Amino acid sequence: MDILVIICLVLGFLFFLGGAVGILRMPDFYSSLHPAGKLDTLGILAMVMGLALYNLHHFSLEAVLVSIKMFLIVFFVFLSSPTATHSIVDAGMRAGLRPWTQKKGKE
Amino acid sequence: MVSANGPAQGSESAEKETGFSFFPFLITFVLMFVTWIVLSGKFDALLLGLGVISSLMIAYFFHDLLFPNVKPGVMRVCFKFLQFIPWLILEIVKANFHLLFLVFHPRMKEMIDPHIIVFKTNLKSDLAITTLANSITLTPGTITVTASRDGVFRVHAIDRPSAESLPGVMLEKVANVFGETL
Repeated sequence: MDILVIICLVLGFLFFLGGAVGILRMPDFYSSLHPAGKLDTLGILAMVMGLALYNLHHFSLEAVLVSIKMFLIVFFVFLSSPTATHSIVDAGMRAGLRPWTQKKGKE
Repeated sequence: MVSANGPAQGSESAEKETGFSFFPFLITFVLMFVTWIVLSGKFDALLLGLGVISSLMIAYFFHDLLFPNVKPGVMRVCFKFLQFIPWLILEIVKANFHLLFLVFHPRMKEMIDPHIIVFKTNLKSDLAITTLANSITLTPGTITVTASRDGVFRVHAIDRPSAESLPGVMLEKVANVFGETL
C-alpha cells in the first residue's frame, strides 16, 4: 500500500516537474501551453490518487468521504483545465499571434 | 371564438416551454443530495433534513438549467460515456508519457513540429462537439483551437505522430457514445 502511494506521488511529481520545465523550454506561446495545460492535469490525478490512498489507511466512512472529496477536485480540474487551455489558445489566435513552426530546408 | 382561443393556446405553448417535467427534477435532486452528503459527512437527522429541503428547493428552481432537454435515450448515453472514460484516461496517460519524453529530450526543438490541422466531422449535438474538443485538448500533443457548431475542428498539434492519430479513433468513440453518424 505504501509503495503504491509513493509511486503515485513520485509520478505526480514527475509530471509537475515536466510541466514546469516544458513551459520554460518550449519555443513559443502555443507549444508551451501543451505541457502547461496537460501535464498538470495528469499530475494532479496521480498526486490526488496517492493522497487518497494514503488517507484510506485507517479505513472508516469519514476517510472514504474525504477521499471522494479529493476526487471531486480532480473531476473539476479535468473539466476546467482543457476549457481554460482552449480559451487561452483561442484568445491567442484571435489576437493574431502566429504559431512557431519548424523551418524546413533552411539550415 | 378566435379571441377566446388565442390566449389558451398561448398559455399552453408557454407551459410546454417552461413546464415542469419530473425526470430532470429527479436527477437534479439526487445529484444535489449526493453532493450534500459527500460534502457534509454527518448523518444527523437535522443535517440530512436540511439537505433534503435545500436539494428540493434547488431542484425545483433549477431543474431546467442542468439538463435542458432530456431525451429517452439519455441513460444509454450515460452508460456508454462511463465506458468511454477509462479508455480516455488510458489514452491521456500514454500520450502524457510521450509529451514528458519530448520535454526532457535534449534536442527537443528538432523533434517537435507545431502545426495546425483542420478537419470536419459530422457531429451534430453540442455535447458531442464539446466532449470531442475537450478530449482532444486533454490528450497531450494536441489542443483544440476552435470547434465550430457545424463540426469543423482546428487543432494545434505539437508534432507529427500526435497529429496523425487525430480524427480517427477518438472521433469514432465519441460518435459511438452519442449515437451520431460519422
